[in-house]
Amino acid sequence: MSGPADYIFYAAAAMTVGAAILVAILPNILYAAVALLFSFAGVAGLYILLSADFLGATQILVYVGGILVLLLFAVFLSNRISDAKITNPTHFRLPAAAICLVLFGVLSYAGVSTPYAVKKGVYLPTTADIGELLMTRYLLPFEVASVLLLAALIGAALLSRPDRAAPEKGEMEEGKG
Amino acid sequence: MTLDKLLVIAAALFCCGLYTVMTRRNAVAVLMGVELILNATNINFVAFSFFLNRVMGGQIFAVFVIVLAAAEAAVALAIFLRMFSTTGTVEVDVADQLKG
Repeated sequence: MSGPADYIFYAAAAMTVGAAILVAILPNILYAAVALLFSFAGVAGLYILLSADFLGATQILVYVGGILVLLLFAVFLSNRISDAKITNPTHFRLPAAAICLVLFGVLSYAGVSTPYAVKKGVYLPTTADIGELLMTRYLLPFEVASVLLLAALIGAALLSRPDRAAPEKGEMEEGKG
Repeated sequence: MTLDKLLVIAAALFCCGLYTVMTRRNAVAVLMGVELILNATNINFVAFSFFLNRVMGGQIFAVFVIVLAAAEAAVALAIFLRMFSTTGTVEVDVADQLKG
């Protein structure tokens, strides 16, 4: 495949990896969060180039619209206003960089040198297929995921509720909290 | 666009995420690294699904990974807020009360 799709692919790949490197090295956590936004957007572009249109839209909606906003909320809520700058000191830089570079080499070599039975990808809409599979073959994981989301919702609400002095037994049943 | 290039991109993303997890002290930044790692795995799932016979299982798996990432982010951020109200900071090396 060559032509415009190739240029778009390289642009999305550069945006993804470049923004990910910025997330890793930027000392200010707010800048890192903004770089993460670009990285997520680049990944969404890669999904769409890989004929995963539904996943690309989901990536934008869930990651950029949900998780990143949550992260920014956490950044703002977990730093004192009096702090002049929200910096984020790092440690163990050199060993971590060495480990990551070696791991990157190993992973890339393993990926490139393995002979996969690559077929020519076709571009077809995927949303209908995903919906059908979720309702038939993957129904059990789908339901388990819904229960998990409910549990996570209740757990997060319970965890983040404001402090109260040791609630007495039976207080919960009276409609409080 | 070939499978090799996508695998290298995913490996780079994974290593950036791993570096973030290893070096950051702020728990929110560590969570950002985890999200990068999850995105790297998702790229691999979708790439294999596209290049190896268009098996939709890869994309379904990616959907579930996104669901788990959302749930994990919500619970983790609730824990961070709790930790901030208790200790006044969200730096991970402060949370060592369980150390003997």
